[in-house]
Amino acid sequence: MKTVYRNLDDVFAAANIESGASLSFHHHLRDGDAVFNAVAEMLLKRKTEHLSLFPSSVFPCHTGLLQLLEKGAVHNLTTNYISGSVARHLGMHGLSGTLTMQSHGGRARALIAKESKVDVAFIAAPAVDREGNVTGTLGKAACGSLGYGVEDAIHADRVVALTDTVLERIEAPQIPGKHIDEIVVVERIGAASGIMSGTTHPTEDPVGVKIARSAYTLIRTLGLIEDGFSFQTGAGGISLAVNAHMHRHLREHHVKAAFISGGITRYHVKMLEEGLVDRLYDVQCFDTDAIRSLRENERHIAISASDYANPDNPKRVIKDLGVVILGAAEVDLEFNVNVTTDSYNNIIGGSGGHSDTAEDAAVTIIVAPLLRGRTPLITNKVTTVTTPGKDVDCLVTERGIAINARRRDLIDRCRRNGVDVMTIQELMETAHAFSGVPKKKVYKGRAYGVVHDRRGEPLDRLYTKR
Amino acid sequence: MTAIVVGTLESSDCMITLSASDTLKIDLESIVYDAFHAQITQVIKKTLQKEGLHNVRVLCQDKGALDYTIEARMKTAIAKYREANEDES
Repeated sequence: MKTVYRNLDDVFAAANIESGASLSFHHHLRDGDAVFNAVAEMLLKRKTEHLSLFPSSVFPCHTGLLQLLEKGAVHNLTTNYISGSVARHLGMHGLSGTLTMQSHGGRARALIAKESKVDVAFIAAPAVDREGNVTGTLGKAACGSLGYGVEDAIHADRVVALTDTVLERIEAPQIPGKHIDEIVVVERIGAASGIMSGTTHPTEDPVGVKIARSAYTLIRTLGLIEDGFSFQTGAGGISLAVNAHMHRHLREHHVKAAFISGGITRYHVKMLEEGLVDRLYDVQCFDTDAIRSLRENERHIAISASDYANPDNPKRVIKDLGVVILGAAEVDLEFNVNVTTDSYNNIIGGSGGHSDTAEDAAVTIIVAPLLRGRTPLITNKVTTVTTPGKDVDCLVTERGIAINARRRDLIDRCRRNGVDVMTIQELMETAHAFSGVPKKKVYKGRAYGVVHDRRGEPLDRLYTKR
Repeated sequence: MTAIVVGTLESSDCMITLSASDTLKIDLESIVYDAFHAQITQVIKKTLQKEGLHNVRVLCQDKGALDYTIEARMKTAIAKYREANEDES
Protein backbone atom coordinates (compact mmCIF):
# COMPACT_ATOMS: atom_id res chain seq x y z
CA MET A 1 0.00 0.00 0.00
CA LYS A 2 1.35 3.42 -0.98
CA THR A 3 0.75 6.66 0.87
CA VAL A 4 -2.01 8.55 -0.88
CA TYR A 5 -1.83 12.32 -0.59
CA ARG A 6 -4.71 14.67 -1.15
CA ASN A 7 -2.69 17.72 -2.03
CA LEU A 8 0.64 18.59 -3.62
CA ASP A 9 1.81 20.64 -0.60
CA ASP A 10 2.38 17.48 1.41
CA VAL A 11 4.18 15.83 -1.49
CA PHE A 12 6.48 18.82 -1.92
CA ALA A 13 7.34 18.61 1.77
CA ALA A 14 7.81 14.81 1.66
CA ALA A 15 9.88 14.88 -1.53
CA ASN A 16 11.78 17.94 -0.38
CA ILE A 17 11.40 19.85 -3.64
CA GLU A 18 13.42 23.08 -3.45
CA SER A 19 15.31 25.55 -5.61
CA GLY A 20 17.74 23.80 -7.93
CA ALA A 21 15.49 20.75 -8.34
CA SER A 22 15.36 18.69 -11.54
CA LEU A 23 11.80 17.71 -12.40
CA SER A 24 10.41 15.68 -15.27
CA PHE A 25 7.01 15.41 -16.95
CA HIS A 26 5.54 13.49 -19.88
CA HIS A 27 3.06 14.81 -22.41
CA HIS A 28 0.39 12.18 -23.10
CA LEU A 29 -2.36 14.53 -21.89
CA ARG A 30 -1.08 16.90 -24.55
CA ASP A 31 -2.92 20.23 -24.69
CA GLY A 32 -5.29 19.06 -21.94
CA ASP A 33 -2.54 18.48 -19.37
CA ALA A 34 -3.31 19.84 -15.88
CA VAL A 35 -0.40 18.08 -14.13
CA PHE A 36 2.39 20.40 -15.21
CA ASN A 37 0.42 23.50 -14.28
CA ALA A 38 -0.51 22.08 -10.85
CA VAL A 39 3.18 21.46 -10.11
CA ALA A 40 4.13 24.86 -11.56
CA GLU A 41 1.64 26.53 -9.25
CA MET A 42 3.39 24.92 -6.27
CA LEU A 43 6.81 25.95 -7.58
CA LEU A 44 5.62 29.54 -7.99
CA LYS A 45 4.01 29.57 -4.54
CA ARG A 46 7.19 28.29 -2.91
CA LYS A 47 9.31 30.77 -4.91
CA THR A 48 11.66 28.02 -6.10
CA GLU A 49 14.41 29.07 -8.50
CA HIS A 50 17.17 27.67 -10.66
CA LEU A 51 15.03 24.75 -11.77
CA SER A 52 15.96 22.19 -14.40
CA LEU A 53 12.81 20.96 -16.11
CA PHE A 54 12.44 17.92 -18.38
CA PRO A 55 8.94 17.92 -19.91
CA SER A 56 8.86 15.50 -22.86
CA SER A 57 6.89 18.15 -24.81
CA VAL A 58 5.50 21.61 -24.17
CA PHE A 59 2.01 22.63 -25.34
CA PRO A 60 0.06 25.90 -25.44
CA CYS A 61 -1.81 24.84 -22.25
CA HIS A 62 1.44 24.94 -20.25
CA THR A 63 0.91 28.48 -19.00
CA GLY A 64 2.55 27.53 -15.70
CA LEU A 65 5.85 27.06 -17.54
CA LEU A 66 5.47 30.49 -19.12
CA GLN A 67 4.95 32.01 -15.66
CA LEU A 68 8.03 30.23 -14.31
CA LEU A 69 10.06 31.46 -17.30
CA GLU A 70 8.82 35.02 -16.87
CA LYS A 71 9.93 34.92 -13.24
CA GLY A 72 13.34 33.60 -14.32
CA ALA A 73 12.82 30.49 -12.18
CA VAL A 74 13.81 28.02 -14.92
CA HIS A 75 17.54 27.60 -15.48
CA ASN A 76 17.61 24.64 -17.87
CA LEU A 77 14.85 23.28 -20.05
CA THR A 78 15.24 19.91 -21.77
CA THR A 79 12.44 18.78 -24.06
CA ASN A 80 11.57 17.24 -27.42
CA TYR A 81 8.96 19.64 -28.77
CA ILE A 82 7.71 23.14 -27.91
CA SER A 83 4.64 24.95 -29.20
CA GLY A 84 2.63 27.98 -28.07
CA SER A 85 3.56 30.91 -25.85
CA VAL A 86 6.61 29.18 -24.32
CA ALA A 87 8.13 28.93 -27.80
CA ARG A 88 7.56 32.66 -28.36
CA HIS A 89 8.97 33.55 -24.93
CA LEU A 90 12.15 31.54 -25.50
CA GLY A 91 12.68 33.08 -28.93
CA MET A 92 12.50 36.56 -27.40
CA HIS A 93 14.29 36.06 -24.09
CA GLY A 94 16.30 32.84 -24.25
CA LEU A 95 17.15 31.13 -20.97
CA SER A 96 19.70 31.68 -18.18
CA GLY A 97 20.92 28.11 -18.63
CA THR A 98 20.47 25.93 -21.69
CA LEU A 99 17.52 24.81 -23.77
CA THR A 100 18.28 21.28 -24.91
CA MET A 101 16.09 19.87 -27.67
CA GLN A 102 16.23 16.07 -27.74
CA SER A 103 14.51 13.37 -29.75
CA HIS A 104 12.12 10.93 -28.12
CA GLY A 105 14.69 8.15 -28.29
CA GLY A 106 17.46 10.50 -27.19
CA ARG A 107 15.47 11.59 -24.14
CA ALA A 108 15.02 7.98 -23.04
CA ARG A 109 18.71 7.25 -23.65
CA ALA A 110 19.81 10.29 -21.63
CA LEU A 111 17.55 9.33 -18.70
CA ILE A 112 18.88 5.77 -18.64
CA ALA A 113 22.50 6.95 -19.00
CA LYS A 114 21.89 9.46 -16.15
CA GLU A 115 22.94 12.30 -18.44
CA SER A 116 19.53 13.67 -17.54
CA LYS A 117 19.47 13.43 -13.76
CA VAL A 118 15.93 13.81 -12.48
CA ASP A 119 15.17 14.34 -8.78
CA VAL A 120 11.43 13.96 -9.08
CA ALA A 121 9.37 12.64 -11.99
CA PHE A 122 5.71 13.60 -12.11
CA ILE A 123 3.63 10.94 -13.81
CA ALA A 124 0.27 11.98 -15.22
CA ALA A 125 -1.50 8.77 -14.23
CA PRO A 126 -5.02 8.33 -15.63
CA ALA A 127 -5.63 5.38 -13.26
CA VAL A 128 -3.68 4.07 -10.25
CA ASP A 129 -4.31 1.26 -7.81
CA ARG A 130 -3.35 1.11 -4.12
CA GLU A 131 -0.03 -0.54 -5.00
CA GLY A 132 0.85 2.36 -7.27
CA ASN A 133 0.37 0.44 -10.51
CA VAL A 134 -0.36 2.90 -13.31
CA THR A 135 -2.27 2.53 -16.57
CA GLY A 136 -3.21 5.09 -19.20
CA THR A 137 -6.12 3.18 -20.66
CA LEU A 138 -8.58 3.67 -17.78
CA GLY A 139 -9.82 6.62 -15.73
CA LYS A 140 -11.46 9.99 -16.31
CA ALA A 141 -8.50 11.28 -18.30
CA ALA A 142 -7.63 8.03 -20.12
CA CYS A 143 -5.04 8.87 -22.76
CA GLY A 144 -3.79 5.41 -23.79
CA SER A 145 -0.06 4.76 -23.98
CA LEU A 146 2.24 6.37 -21.37
CA GLY A 147 5.34 5.52 -23.41
CA TYR A 148 7.27 8.74 -22.83
CA GLY A 149 6.82 8.57 -19.05
CA VAL A 150 8.14 5.06 -18.46
CA GLU A 151 11.88 5.88 -18.30
CA ASP A 152 11.12 8.88 -16.08
CA ALA A 153 9.42 6.53 -13.61
CA ILE A 154 12.23 3.97 -13.69
CA HIS A 155 15.20 6.35 -13.52
CA ALA A 156 14.16 9.40 -11.48
CA ASP A 157 15.21 9.43 -7.82
CA ARG A 158 11.63 9.91 -6.73
CA VAL A 159 8.39 9.36 -8.61
CA VAL A 160 5.06 11.04 -7.92
CA ALA A 161 1.94 9.80 -9.68
CA LEU A 162 -0.83 12.37 -9.99
CA THR A 163 -4.22 10.85 -10.63
CA ASP A 164 -7.95 11.52 -10.51
CA THR A 165 -8.92 7.85 -10.59
CA VAL A 166 -7.94 5.26 -7.94
CA LEU A 167 -8.99 1.70 -8.78
CA GLU A 168 -9.01 -1.44 -6.66
CA ARG A 169 -6.59 -3.35 -8.86
CA ILE A 170 -4.87 -2.71 -12.18
CA GLU A 171 -3.78 -5.75 -14.19
CA ALA A 172 -0.81 -5.43 -16.55
CA PRO A 173 0.12 -1.86 -15.59
CA GLN A 174 2.10 0.28 -18.02
CA ILE A 175 4.17 1.52 -15.08
CA PRO A 176 4.53 -1.04 -12.24
CA GLY A 177 3.84 0.19 -8.70
CA LYS A 178 7.39 -0.55 -7.55
CA HIS A 179 8.55 2.58 -9.38
CA ILE A 180 5.97 4.89 -7.76
CA ASP A 181 6.84 6.56 -4.45
CA GLU A 182 3.86 8.83 -3.89
CA ILE A 183 0.32 8.96 -5.18
CA VAL A 184 -1.52 12.26 -5.20
CA VAL A 185 -5.23 12.36 -5.86
CA VAL A 186 -6.37 15.60 -7.46
CA GLU A 187 -9.74 16.61 -8.88
CA ARG A 188 -8.65 16.19 -12.47
CA ILE A 189 -5.37 15.61 -14.28
CA GLY A 190 -6.54 16.57 -17.75
CA ALA A 191 -9.27 17.93 -20.00
CA ALA A 192 -10.55 15.45 -22.57
CA SER A 193 -10.87 18.03 -25.36
CA GLY A 194 -7.21 18.99 -24.96
CA ILE A 195 -6.03 15.38 -24.71
CA MET A 196 -7.53 14.80 -28.17
CA SER A 197 -5.87 17.95 -29.54
CA GLY A 198 -3.56 15.79 -31.65
CA THR A 199 -6.53 14.48 -33.60
CA THR A 200 -6.01 15.06 -37.28
CA HIS A 201 -7.47 13.81 -40.54
CA PRO A 202 -6.02 12.91 -43.92
CA THR A 203 -5.56 16.22 -45.72
CA GLU A 204 -8.15 17.33 -48.28
CA ASP A 205 -6.08 20.27 -49.42
CA PRO A 206 -5.37 19.71 -53.14
CA VAL A 207 -1.65 20.32 -52.75
CA GLY A 208 -1.48 17.87 -49.84
CA VAL A 209 -3.56 15.31 -51.72
CA LYS A 210 -1.16 15.49 -54.67
CA ILE A 211 1.92 15.12 -52.43
CA ALA A 212 0.38 12.10 -50.70
CA ARG A 213 -0.42 10.43 -54.02
CA SER A 214 3.13 10.98 -55.26
CA ALA A 215 4.58 9.64 -52.01
CA TYR A 216 2.46 6.51 -52.32
CA THR A 217 3.52 6.04 -55.96
CA LEU A 218 7.14 6.40 -54.86
CA ILE A 219 6.79 3.83 -52.05
CA ARG A 220 5.17 1.43 -54.48
CA THR A 221 7.77 2.02 -57.16
CA LEU A 222 10.56 1.38 -54.70
CA GLY A 223 8.98 -2.01 -53.98
CA LEU A 224 8.68 -1.30 -50.29
CA ILE A 225 5.17 -2.65 -49.82
CA GLU A 226 5.36 -6.39 -49.29
CA ASP A 227 4.20 -8.95 -46.74
CA GLY A 228 5.86 -8.33 -43.40
CA PHE A 229 7.00 -4.77 -44.12
CA SER A 230 6.52 -2.01 -41.56
CA PHE A 231 5.88 1.69 -41.63
CA GLN A 232 5.20 4.80 -39.58
CA THR A 233 3.27 7.89 -40.61
CA GLY A 234 2.54 9.87 -37.45
CA ALA A 235 -0.54 12.08 -37.40
CA GLY A 236 0.18 14.89 -39.87
CA GLY A 237 -2.50 15.57 -42.50
CA ILE A 238 -0.35 14.65 -45.52
CA SER A 239 1.13 11.62 -43.72
CA LEU A 240 -2.36 10.35 -42.89
CA ALA A 241 -3.32 10.79 -46.54
CA VAL A 242 -0.34 8.58 -47.46
CA ASN A 243 -1.57 6.13 -44.81
CA ALA A 244 -4.98 6.06 -46.51
CA HIS A 245 -3.30 5.04 -49.79
CA MET A 246 -1.34 2.32 -47.96
CA HIS A 247 -4.55 1.10 -46.32
CA ARG A 248 -6.30 0.74 -49.66
CA HIS A 249 -3.27 -0.89 -51.26
CA LEU A 250 -2.94 -3.54 -48.53
CA ARG A 251 -6.64 -4.35 -48.79
CA GLU A 252 -6.71 -4.56 -52.58
CA HIS A 253 -3.45 -6.47 -52.99
CA HIS A 254 -3.93 -8.76 -49.97
CA VAL A 255 -0.69 -7.68 -48.37
CA LYS A 256 -0.21 -7.70 -44.59
CA ALA A 257 2.19 -5.38 -42.78
CA ALA A 258 4.09 -6.59 -39.71
CA PHE A 259 3.71 -3.41 -37.67
CA ILE A 260 2.99 0.28 -37.52
CA SER A 261 4.88 2.21 -34.83
CA GLY A 262 4.89 5.61 -33.15
CA GLY A 263 1.87 7.81 -32.53
CA ILE A 264 -1.31 5.88 -33.28
CA THR A 265 -4.59 7.21 -34.69
CA ARG A 266 -7.99 5.70 -35.52
CA TYR A 267 -6.77 5.19 -39.10
CA HIS A 268 -4.03 2.84 -37.93
CA VAL A 269 -6.47 1.07 -35.58
CA LYS A 270 -8.80 0.42 -38.50
CA MET A 271 -5.98 -1.30 -40.38
CA LEU A 272 -5.28 -3.49 -37.33
CA GLU A 273 -8.94 -4.38 -37.00
CA GLU A 274 -9.18 -5.26 -40.70
CA GLY A 275 -6.20 -7.59 -40.31
CA LEU A 276 -4.00 -5.51 -42.66
CA VAL A 277 -1.30 -5.03 -40.05
CA ASP A 278 -0.23 -7.55 -37.42
CA ARG A 279 0.70 -5.22 -34.53
CA LEU A 280 0.61 -1.58 -33.49
CA TYR A 281 3.53 -0.42 -31.32
CA ASP A 282 2.17 2.63 -29.58
CA VAL A 283 4.08 5.35 -27.70
CA GLN A 284 1.20 7.82 -27.86
CA CYS A 285 -2.50 7.59 -28.68
CA PHE A 286 -3.98 10.43 -30.70
CA ASP A 287 -7.71 9.75 -30.33
CA THR A 288 -10.36 7.77 -28.44
CA ASP A 289 -10.38 4.91 -30.95
CA ALA A 290 -6.67 4.39 -30.36
CA ILE A 291 -7.21 4.41 -26.56
CA ARG A 292 -10.06 1.91 -26.82
CA SER A 293 -8.04 -0.33 -29.13
CA LEU A 294 -5.03 -0.26 -26.78
CA ARG A 295 -7.32 -1.28 -23.92
CA GLU A 296 -9.05 -4.10 -25.81
CA ASN A 297 -6.73 -5.45 -28.48
CA GLU A 298 -3.70 -7.46 -27.42
CA ARG A 299 -2.04 -6.79 -30.77
CA HIS A 300 -2.08 -3.08 -29.97
CA ILE A 301 0.93 -2.77 -27.69
CA ALA A 302 2.01 0.16 -25.51
CA ILE A 303 5.79 0.59 -25.61
CA SER A 304 8.17 2.85 -23.71
CA ALA A 305 10.20 5.58 -25.41
CA SER A 306 13.29 3.39 -24.96
CA ASP A 307 11.66 0.37 -26.58
CA TYR A 308 10.48 2.71 -29.31
CA ALA A 309 13.57 4.64 -30.29
CA ASN A 310 16.50 4.59 -27.84
CA PRO A 311 19.60 4.10 -30.03
CA ASP A 312 21.33 2.16 -27.23
CA ASN A 313 18.45 -0.30 -26.98
CA PRO A 314 19.08 -3.20 -29.39
CA LYS A 315 15.42 -4.22 -29.11
CA ARG A 316 14.01 -0.83 -30.14
CA VAL A 317 11.06 -1.23 -32.46
CA ILE A 318 12.11 1.27 -35.12
CA LYS A 319 15.37 -0.48 -35.98
CA ASP A 320 13.17 -2.79 -38.11
CA LEU A 321 11.18 0.05 -39.62
CA GLY A 322 10.84 -0.13 -43.40
CA VAL A 323 9.37 3.25 -44.34
CA VAL A 324 8.81 6.41 -42.35
CA ILE A 325 6.86 9.41 -43.63
CA LEU A 326 7.91 12.69 -42.00
CA GLY A 327 7.20 16.40 -42.42
CA ALA A 328 9.51 19.41 -42.76
CA ALA A 329 9.42 23.15 -42.22
CA GLU A 330 12.65 23.48 -44.21
CA VAL A 331 14.89 21.15 -46.20
CA ASP A 332 18.28 22.25 -47.51
CA LEU A 333 20.44 21.25 -50.44
CA GLU A 334 22.22 18.69 -48.22
CA PHE A 335 18.80 17.18 -47.31
CA ASN A 336 19.09 18.43 -43.71
CA VAL A 337 15.57 18.83 -42.31
CA ASN A 338 14.31 21.46 -39.89
CA VAL A 339 11.13 20.89 -37.86
CA THR A 340 12.39 22.86 -34.84
CA THR A 341 12.15 26.44 -36.14
CA ASP A 342 10.65 28.16 -39.17
CA SER A 343 12.60 30.20 -41.73
CA TYR A 344 12.29 33.24 -39.44
CA ASN A 345 13.84 31.46 -36.43
CA ASN A 346 10.59 31.05 -34.48
CA ILE A 347 10.45 27.78 -32.52
CA ILE A 348 7.60 25.75 -34.04
CA GLY A 349 8.10 22.26 -32.59
CA GLY A 350 11.05 19.94 -32.37
CA SER A 351 12.22 16.50 -33.35
CA GLY A 352 9.86 14.28 -31.40
CA GLY A 353 10.65 11.01 -33.15
CA HIS A 354 11.78 12.70 -36.41
CA SER A 355 15.54 12.18 -36.15
CA ASP A 356 15.11 8.77 -34.45
CA THR A 357 12.96 7.24 -37.17
CA ALA A 358 14.87 8.95 -39.99
CA GLU A 359 18.07 7.27 -38.84
CA ASP A 360 16.61 3.83 -38.26
CA ALA A 361 14.10 3.41 -41.10
CA ALA A 362 15.31 1.71 -44.28
CA VAL A 363 13.74 4.52 -46.32
CA THR A 364 12.93 8.00 -44.96
CA ILE A 365 10.49 10.07 -47.00
CA ILE A 366 9.81 13.74 -46.32
CA VAL A 367 6.44 15.06 -47.51
CA ALA A 368 5.96 18.83 -47.61
CA PRO A 369 4.60 21.59 -49.86
CA LEU A 370 7.27 23.31 -51.95
CA LEU A 371 5.85 26.71 -50.99
CA ARG A 372 3.97 27.75 -47.87
CA GLY A 373 2.47 31.07 -48.81
CA ARG A 374 5.50 32.63 -50.43
CA THR A 375 8.09 30.91 -48.27
CA PRO A 376 10.06 28.21 -50.10
CA LEU A 377 10.56 24.86 -48.38
CA ILE A 378 14.05 24.34 -49.77
CA THR A 379 16.85 26.65 -48.65
CA ASN A 380 20.60 26.71 -49.17
CA LYS A 381 20.98 25.95 -45.50
CA VAL A 382 18.26 25.18 -42.96
CA THR A 383 17.75 27.64 -40.10
CA THR A 384 18.12 24.77 -37.61
CA VAL A 385 19.19 21.18 -38.23
CA THR A 386 16.72 18.77 -36.58
CA THR A 387 17.57 15.71 -38.67
CA PRO A 388 20.86 15.48 -40.57
CA GLY A 389 20.72 14.94 -44.32
CA LYS A 390 22.63 11.66 -44.09
CA ASP A 391 19.43 10.12 -42.64
CA VAL A 392 17.02 11.60 -45.20
CA ASP A 393 16.41 9.74 -48.47
CA CYS A 394 13.50 11.24 -50.42
CA LEU A 395 11.68 14.55 -50.58
CA VAL A 396 8.20 14.55 -52.11
CA THR A 397 6.60 17.88 -53.03
CA GLU A 398 3.64 18.85 -55.22
CA ARG A 399 6.00 19.75 -58.06
CA GLY A 400 8.42 16.87 -57.96
CA ILE A 401 10.48 14.33 -56.09
CA ALA A 402 14.14 14.65 -55.13
CA ILE A 403 16.26 11.79 -53.85
CA ASN A 404 19.46 12.11 -51.85
CA ALA A 405 22.42 11.36 -54.17
CA ARG A 406 23.66 9.00 -51.43
CA ARG A 407 20.76 6.68 -52.36
CA ARG A 408 21.81 5.80 -55.90
CA ASP A 409 19.84 2.56 -55.50
CA LEU A 410 16.56 4.43 -55.00
CA ILE A 411 17.27 6.87 -57.83
CA ASP A 412 18.03 4.00 -60.24
CA ARG A 413 14.91 2.13 -59.23
CA CYS A 414 12.75 5.21 -59.90
CA ARG A 415 14.38 5.85 -63.28
CA ARG A 416 13.92 2.21 -64.31
CA ASN A 417 10.24 2.41 -63.44
CA GLY A 418 9.52 5.71 -65.12
CA VAL A 419 9.24 7.88 -62.01
CA ASP A 420 10.81 11.29 -62.56
CA VAL A 421 13.47 12.31 -60.07
CA MET A 422 14.76 15.87 -59.90
CA THR A 423 17.80 17.16 -58.09
CA ILE A 424 17.00 19.11 -54.94
CA GLN A 425 18.64 22.13 -56.59
CA GLU A 426 16.14 21.87 -59.48
CA LEU A 427 13.27 21.64 -57.01
CA MET A 428 14.52 24.76 -55.24
CA GLU A 429 14.73 26.63 -58.55
CA THR A 430 11.19 25.50 -59.40
CA ALA A 431 10.00 27.10 -56.16
CA HIS A 432 11.97 30.27 -56.82
CA ALA A 433 10.32 30.62 -60.24
CA PHE A 434 7.07 31.25 -58.33
CA SER A 435 8.28 33.00 -55.20
CA GLY A 436 11.44 34.79 -56.29
CA VAL A 437 14.67 34.30 -54.41
CA PRO A 438 14.15 35.22 -50.75
CA LYS A 439 16.47 37.89 -49.44
CA LYS A 440 18.50 36.33 -46.71
CA LYS A 441 18.19 37.95 -43.32
CA VAL A 442 19.83 36.48 -40.27
CA TYR A 443 17.59 36.26 -37.23
CA LYS A 444 20.25 35.16 -34.84
CA GLY A 445 20.83 36.80 -31.49
CA ARG A 446 22.34 35.06 -28.52
CA ALA A 447 22.91 31.27 -28.53
CA TYR A 448 20.92 29.80 -25.65
CA GLY A 449 20.06 26.32 -26.81
CA VAL A 450 21.27 23.21 -28.53
CA VAL A 451 19.66 20.54 -30.68
CA HIS A 452 20.94 17.09 -29.80
CA ASP A 453 20.90 14.05 -31.99
CA ARG A 454 19.61 10.88 -30.35
CA ARG A 455 23.07 10.04 -28.98
CA GLY A 456 23.39 13.41 -27.27
CA GLU A 457 25.78 14.90 -29.84
CA PRO A 458 25.05 18.53 -30.74
CA LEU A 459 23.56 18.98 -34.23
CA ASP A 460 22.93 22.71 -34.13
CA ARG A 461 22.41 25.65 -31.80
CA LEU A 462 19.33 27.70 -31.03
CA TYR A 463 19.49 31.50 -31.00
CA THR A 464 17.20 34.21 -29.71
CA LYS A 465 15.50 36.17 -32.49
CA ARG A 466 17.64 39.25 -31.86
CA MET B 1 -12.53 60.29 -53.43
CA THR B 2 -13.77 56.86 -52.43
CA ALA B 3 -11.31 54.31 -51.06
CA ILE B 4 -11.38 50.77 -52.46
CA VAL B 5 -10.57 47.49 -50.71
CA VAL B 6 -10.04 44.21 -52.58
CA GLY B 7 -8.63 40.81 -51.65
CA THR B 8 -8.58 38.91 -48.37
CA LEU B 9 -6.29 38.23 -45.44
CA GLU B 10 -6.26 34.50 -46.18
CA SER B 11 -2.92 32.72 -46.42
CA SER B 12 -1.34 33.18 -49.89
CA ASP B 13 -3.57 36.19 -50.63
CA CYS B 14 -3.26 39.92 -50.00
CA MET B 15 -5.63 42.78 -49.26
CA ILE B 16 -5.15 45.96 -51.27
CA THR B 17 -6.58 49.31 -50.16
CA LEU B 18 -6.39 52.25 -52.58
CA SER B 19 -7.11 55.76 -51.31
CA ALA B 20 -6.61 59.32 -52.50
CA SER B 21 -3.18 60.88 -52.29
CA ASP B 22 -1.31 63.74 -53.99
CA THR B 23 1.69 61.56 -54.60
CA LEU B 24 2.33 57.84 -54.93
CA LYS B 25 2.62 56.17 -51.53
CA ILE B 26 3.06 52.46 -50.96
CA ASP B 27 2.68 50.92 -47.51
CA LEU B 28 3.48 47.24 -47.27
CA GLU B 29 2.71 44.91 -44.39
CA SER B 30 3.81 41.37 -45.12
CA ILE B 31 4.44 38.13 -43.27
CA VAL B 32 7.43 37.69 -45.61
CA TYR B 33 8.53 41.34 -45.45
CA ASP B 34 12.21 40.69 -44.79
CA ALA B 35 12.58 38.11 -47.52
CA PHE B 36 10.43 39.68 -50.26
CA HIS B 37 9.51 43.33 -49.60
CA ALA B 38 11.55 44.69 -52.51
CA GLN B 39 9.99 42.23 -54.94
CA ILE B 40 6.42 42.89 -53.72
CA THR B 41 6.89 46.68 -53.92
CA GLN B 42 8.24 46.24 -57.45
CA VAL B 43 5.13 44.32 -58.55
CA ILE B 44 2.85 47.02 -57.11
CA LYS B 45 4.81 49.84 -58.79
CA LYS B 46 4.92 48.06 -62.14
CA THR B 47 1.17 47.38 -62.13
CA LEU B 48 0.38 51.02 -61.27
CA GLN B 49 2.66 52.14 -64.07
CA LYS B 50 1.11 49.75 -66.58
CA GLU B 51 -2.38 50.94 -65.62
CA GLY B 52 -1.31 54.59 -65.62
CA LEU B 53 -2.33 55.42 -62.07
CA HIS B 54 0.18 57.63 -60.29
CA ASN B 55 -1.41 59.62 -57.49
CA VAL B 56 -2.71 57.09 -55.03
CA ARG B 57 -1.95 55.60 -51.66
CA VAL B 58 -1.57 51.80 -51.76
CA LEU B 59 -1.83 49.72 -48.61
CA CYS B 60 -0.86 46.11 -49.27
CA GLN B 61 -1.51 43.70 -46.41
CA ASP B 62 0.21 40.58 -47.66
CA LYS B 63 -0.19 37.04 -46.35
CA GLY B 64 2.41 35.45 -48.59
CA ALA B 65 0.77 36.03 -52.00
CA LEU B 66 2.75 35.23 -55.14
CA ASP B 67 3.44 37.92 -57.76
CA TYR B 68 0.55 37.01 -60.04
CA THR B 69 -1.91 37.19 -57.14
CA ILE B 70 -0.63 40.61 -56.12
CA GLU B 71 -0.81 41.82 -59.72
CA ALA B 72 -4.36 40.51 -60.16
CA ARG B 73 -5.51 42.11 -56.90
CA MET B 74 -3.86 45.39 -57.91
CA LYS B 75 -5.53 45.40 -61.35
CA THR B 76 -8.95 44.77 -59.82
CA ALA B 77 -8.38 47.44 -57.18
CA ILE B 78 -7.34 49.97 -59.81
CA ALA B 79 -10.39 49.21 -62.00
CA LYS B 80 -12.74 49.52 -59.03
CA TYR B 81 -11.01 52.66 -57.82
CA ARG B 82 -11.50 54.30 -61.21
CA GLU B 83 -15.11 53.17 -61.44
CA ALA B 84 -15.93 54.48 -57.97
CA ASN B 85 -14.29 57.81 -58.66
CA GLU B 86 -15.36 58.26 -62.29
CA ASP B 87 -17.34 61.47 -61.74
CA GLU B 88 -14.53 63.13 -59.84
CA SER B 89 -11.64 62.34 -62.13
